[in-house]
Amino acid sequence: MNRREALSSVALLLGGTIIGADIFLSGCKSDVKISSALDFSPENIAFLDEVGETILPTTAGSPGAKAAQIGQFMKTIVTDCYEEKDQKIFAEGIGKLNAASKTKYDKVFMELGADQKHDLLVAIDKEAKDYQKTKKPEGPNHYFTLMKQLTLWGYFTSKPGATQALRYVAVPGRYEGCIPYKKGDKAWAT
Amino acid sequence: MPGDTLNINNKATAQHTYDAIVIGSGISGGWAAKELTEKGLKVLMLERGRNFEHIKDYKSASKDPWDFEHHGQATQEELKRHPIIARTWGKSEPIIDYWANDVDAPYTEIKPFKWWRSYQFGGRSILWGRQSYRWSDFDFDANKKDGWAIDWPIRYKDLSPWYDHVEKFIGVNGSRENLPQLPDGHFLPAMDMTCVEKDVAARIKEKYKGSRHMIIGRSANLTAPIAGRTQCQFRNRCWEGCPFGGYFSTQSSTFPAANATGNLTVRPFSIVTKIIYDKDSKKAKGVEILDAENNQTYQYFSKIVFVNASALNSAWVLMNSATDVWPDGLGSSSGELGHNIMDHHYNCGASGTVDGYEDKYYYGRRPNGVYVVRFANLFGDKRDYLRGFGYQGGASREGWSRSVAELSVGAGFKEALTEPGQWTMGMTAFGEILPHHENKITLDKTKKDKWGLPVLAMDAELKDNELKMRKDMVSEAKAMFESSGIKNINTWDGGHQIGDGIHEMGTARMGRDPKTSVLNEHNQVWDAKNVFVTDGACMTSAACQNPSLTYMALTARAANFSVEELKKGNI
Repeated sequence: MNRREALSSVALLLGGTIIGADIFLSGCKSDVKISSALDFSPENIAFLDEVGETILPTTAGSPGAKAAQIGQFMKTIVTDCYEEKDQKIFAEGIGKLNAASKTKYDKVFMELGADQKHDLLVAIDKEAKDYQKTKKPEGPNHYFTLMKQLTLWGYFTSKPGATQALRYVAVPGRYEGCIPYKKGDKAWAT
Repeated sequence: MPGDTLNINNKATAQHTYDAIVIGSGISGGWAAKELTEKGLKVLMLERGRNFEHIKDYKSASKDPWDFEHHGQATQEELKRHPIIARTWGKSEPIIDYWANDVDAPYTEIKPFKWWRSYQFGGRSILWGRQSYRWSDFDFDANKKDGWAIDWPIRYKDLSPWYDHVEKFIGVNGSRENLPQLPDGHFLPAMDMTCVEKDVAARIKEKYKGSRHMIIGRSANLTAPIAGRTQCQFRNRCWEGCPFGGYFSTQSSTFPAANATGNLTVRPFSIVTKIIYDKDSKKAKGVEILDAENNQTYQYFSKIVFVNASALNSAWVLMNSATDVWPDGLGSSSGELGHNIMDHHYNCGASGTVDGYEDKYYYGRRPNGVYVVRFANLFGDKRDYLRGFGYQGGASREGWSRSVAELSVGAGFKEALTEPGQWTMGMTAFGEILPHHENKITLDKTKKDKWGLPVLAMDAELKDNELKMRKDMVSEAKAMFESSGIKNINTWDGGHQIGDGIHEMGTARMGRDPKTSVLNEHNQVWDAKNVFVTDGACMTSAACQNPSLTYMALTARAANFSVEELKKGNI
């Protein structure tokens, strides 16, 4: 990482900064607060795995987000790296997503068929994008923006994501600045 | 018996006596230690933080991205220890604890100030950006020509052989360009530009009729092996510490050389609290330290003291020294100690997208970018501000973090993200900050750090000249991108708090007159000729090039001079 990348890639991530990354601590708090709303029960981890898998499903070429244990990853990041206000939004998001599912299909998310899960998240993704576009910079984030961002980041930096969905070379050994690319070649993971 | 005590004291003093003491182990301290030990001096190097060993202590450097519990992100717990770094882009999981603990070592912000500190062996030589550019006489002449502040006491010819000396040893890659404002050096092979960078550089050259130059960056990464070090493997993870020794750091380069002489002693956890000044000889006798682990005070003695604690901490050491003679410290007789803080102001520029080149890509991760050489106020160009700026940037293809507008979730979305996206290009300017006497640091005796020592109070800000320059930095970036076919151009100016360029400098400037400068033309403190300050503190102006290479050259030059003077009996 260097300055150029810090300025470009981070800012490009889903059109904004990584949530949790741009915390501005003005002083030193006595301790880190963890929102009491957080509940990472096995049922909720399974739910988040399913949300992640719907965003990035298993395809012919590579496994999906579930293979990257995306629910567990969300738990780790939200617990350790999120500010309390985003923890609360994330925690409440599980209930909101299920409520949206019930409204649309009269079933909770986990009971939906694969196509229904997909269609529901397409609708919620649109709602989240519209919301993020119009909200004030300091205003609260949409819960689905957090879930989607964690899914993409967690998956593409996981071993299956980086090495099967993308190409990863730990030690390139050389640099070539201008080489041919043909459609279908995978992008570099890092 | 009194005699016994005296004997023990003498023995203790002898054990604590060296030819030279170097305060600090970073970029310039490492150079001081190397040069002095290679010339046969017994050297004690004092580092205020922990030891940090080459390769062994680069604990994250061979991990894969998924081996990091938080995939690179710092936790809230870590940010709590680093409230200053939490305000910067340096807050990254692998290296968060390479930065100083801001809670243990606070400072006062009279005006907002971002101080990126690394309190461990090697200092910021591990974390630095490695961009390495020579200065030219346009820079050394600038203050005199503009009638601003004071004249530099040296010119390019004084430093040129020392740039050679340093570049040959550390390894700097780059292209020969024959530009008077950015002299060529002793270069290892240049790194490649990407296809887009090559074409943008060519279009800029054409559009501006050869008066503007986008060149490949010059960086202290090895593009060919150097004895004892392996060449760069293009992992672009330099700041975690390189297990290959692929870039210059104290650990990879100067420390092994100094250590090989058998003349070097390193003492970590040694906070230098003052230089011991002898009124009779008007020289330093040594230094006093506080052991950061056991809180005990120790004294060490030497014929020469090199102050390389980083620009602000070097001034802090001087401010706390010889206060019985000068209340504001050693070097304060000029009234300039702690004043004239400079940095490079950045965090403004432009970015955009590039059509085409879908059949082009690259291999490897280049720890370097492209550089747009200064053009403002040179060769007849005239602006409504003084001095100039350069740009650093690059062009690459977007990865998985791009937004794919037409796809939201599902298999198609995922498959799209497994391929590279469109080309984008961005660059940020690095602008010169003028030395202003009122931009200063002082001791805040009302606040104490973990060790009970007074802290620094920062009182510095951008002035009119820099603010005018920033507008130009943004508009010229836009104009150059427009002229080279870049689309969807975004410009930004995120503002600049002093220190955020990590190029803080100028707090004990060199000059020709003891009434207006702290150091003479050989980096000697006017008021104590065996004390040399050769880190960023010594700078009389800032230019717009990244400064570390110049600190190294100044250090090697001063070290050579100090040994000559010692031999002549002058110090």
